[in-house]
Amino acid sequence: MHKGILLGAFAGMALAAGAASAGTLDDVKARGTLKCGVNAGLAGFAAPDASGRWEGFDVAYCRALAAAVLGDAEKVEFTPTTTETRFTALVSGEIDVLARNSTWTFTRDVDLKLDFIGVNYYDGQGFMVSKDLGVTSAKELDGATVCIQTGTTTELNLADFFKTNGMTYQPVPIQTEAEARQQFLGGACDAYTTDASGLAAARSGYPNPENYIILPEIISKEPLGPVVRHGDNQWADIGRWTFNALVSAEELGVTKANLDEMKGSQNPEIRRLLGVEGSLGKMFGLNDDWAYNAIKAGGNYGEIFAATIGEGTPSNLARGLNGQWTDGGLLYSPPFR
Amino acid sequence: MDDVAWTRTEMLGPEAPPASAVGIVGWMRANLFSTWLNVILTVAALGAIWLLASHIVPFFAHSVWNASSYSECREIVARTWGEGASGACLAVIRERWKQFFFGFYPADYYWRPTLAFILMFVALAPVLFSSLPRKMLWFSAIFPGVAYWLLWGGSIFFPIAIYLGFVAGYVAFRVAERGPSFLPPLAAAVVTIVWWLFIAGPLANLLPDIGLPAVQSKQFGGFMLSMTIGVTGIAFSLPLGVLLALGRRSDMLFVKWISVGFIEFIRGVPLITLLLVASFLLNIFMPPGTNFDIILRVIIMVTLFAAAYMAEVIRGGLAALPRGQYEGADSLGLNYWQATRLVIMPQALKISIPGIVNTFIGLFKDTTLVAIIGLLDPVGLITSIRANSAWNGIVWELYGFVGFMFFICCFGMSRYSQYLERRLRTDRH
Repeated sequence: MHKGILLGAFAGMALAAGAASAGTLDDVKARGTLKCGVNAGLAGFAAPDASGRWEGFDVAYCRALAAAVLGDAEKVEFTPTTTETRFTALVSGEIDVLARNSTWTFTRDVDLKLDFIGVNYYDGQGFMVSKDLGVTSAKELDGATVCIQTGTTTELNLADFFKTNGMTYQPVPIQTEAEARQQFLGGACDAYTTDASGLAAARSGYPNPENYIILPEIISKEPLGPVVRHGDNQWADIGRWTFNALVSAEELGVTKANLDEMKGSQNPEIRRLLGVEGSLGKMFGLNDDWAYNAIKAGGNYGEIFAATIGEGTPSNLARGLNGQWTDGGLLYSPPFR
Repeated sequence: MDDVAWTRTEMLGPEAPPASAVGIVGWMRANLFSTWLNVILTVAALGAIWLLASHIVPFFAHSVWNASSYSECREIVARTWGEGASGACLAVIRERWKQFFFGFYPADYYWRPTLAFILMFVALAPVLFSSLPRKMLWFSAIFPGVAYWLLWGGSIFFPIAIYLGFVAGYVAFRVAERGPSFLPPLAAAVVTIVWWLFIAGPLANLLPDIGLPAVQSKQFGGFMLSMTIGVTGIAFSLPLGVLLALGRRSDMLFVKWISVGFIEFIRGVPLITLLLVASFLLNIFMPPGTNFDIILRVIIMVTLFAAAYMAEVIRGGLAALPRGQYEGADSLGLNYWQATRLVIMPQALKISIPGIVNTFIGLFKDTTLVAIIGLLDPVGLITSIRANSAWNGIVWELYGFVGFMFFICCFGMSRYSQYLERRLRTDRH
């Protein structure tokens, strides 16, 4: 690496398309670390702590994937990405997987040549208002001033929502969450709109969080998920099924604590998942204990959710749509068979 | 009547001036309350200062250093100073100062960037202060290699192999000196680049791997990253700018066109665009798996950007020199490089000092733009820290701290340039 810095500069120009990339899996194994692109800072999803260790919901997925592939959850290099750089970083090979609360849309999937490997968080655009406003539904916001991030899909969703309901609003354009905070708390706008998870995270930083409510209406679909490059199906399978393993583990009651105990379970699906029976891991080039390692990294989906963004954490998000299908949520992992 | 005329035999001692014209009162009358307009302005200014101070002083007087989260800070302030009091939550700086200075650099190796930072002053000293022994310049020359090795680690032989490239270039220069005048610089450049491309790497690999554990660019962050980019950019943009300025004034058509094209192109493009090119386009043009370091890409772009501005600043200095200086140098029989080095450049650079330092300061502050491409410089780190649930919502303290640190660096540069201008003044002895 160290020699690569300067020499890479020169050699990189001299080298034509010499180093054709083998499969991403082989690259990761050869390198010994997984390169994971994350948000440079989004409360609950990805942020470094005081010692520089990355923590959060998306970060936990990266650790689980590293554990599945390399057997060690700590062998991850986190690359902070911005909204502008994230997909380029992935396509250019700077990162192996992008777990950065990115919305799965048609054009991104098809036109940008990306593969979304699942939805790890079902988000949607919501509204936050001060309790003093006396509003309990977004339908009562006729004529309100609304703080909105410019140039995002939320802006378009907002226009659609008010048009559909025959209401008017006054937009207050803002650029960043910090600016939204100043405007909203300063009373420049009646309502603040962005993804519901973002509203919850922002509210947790307000001086009196209990004075603000998030209205029940969710006006858009924002399925957020990890992304890999188009065209490497083996790697996409590994990413997808690592995520499914975390979801299935919750459904089957496998937790970080009872993981070893569950190896002796009589349930054949648990036995296949943990690699006691059959040999699923070998089919895509991993060890049979891949899912065991992935779950061991940070627990199953429910445990990760509870530790990073769930109720009781500052973000304080209810499971809602992100519950298991058995609990009325949308999480539904295909069977491990 | 006794007719004695009274005559003063000694001079009267001077009277003390009236109380209204001396001391504080006199000074205030002369400077603050001399006219009605002045009175109004003084009162208005005092009001403004009072307004600012009444917010800022309590904010810092109530500051909290010991807390583990922003809400705890607010609680402490409310408990100690009453509800509604504002207080700076400096606990966030206390908890994160290491991250602000070193980014994600491994904590065990903090001494390496620190040592590099101290050595930087040793290397700068002989450049900045001419009273120091000239032999210290040798250290200044090897400092970039030492700093690179300290920061990134790895085999000691790698920077040595790079430095040998300069030696090879020098040898080629001496050998080619008998040829026509364009040959020596050309030969030196070609040999040096060939050495770097094809010999340095294999040579360093051949030698034993003695050195420091390697640290990756990804782990750089905070002020260390700003310093690395800023100092490298400053050090390389000046010589590059001098060459471009000379090239632009050259009689050789191609050299002139290339210089003009380069300067106008770079100056016509915003730095953000260049950084985005460094971060996206280069990545896509490179074959997959190529390891073209992101910090190096950024340093190259920032250096080129600053060099274009520097070239114009120095061209201004060159243009300000009277024609007689050029003719005088010619009449002494000096060739082009001798005249430039001994007569033209020292004067042109002296004239350009304010502009040069201006460009330096601008360049150093522009390093914060790398936050746009996802590098965690101090400004990028603020976003990351604010995303941490403990510090969610904190604004003034973080931006204030980063602003203060940048101010210290930029103000230092500005003071040095004023010192230099005073020292180099030749119109008054």
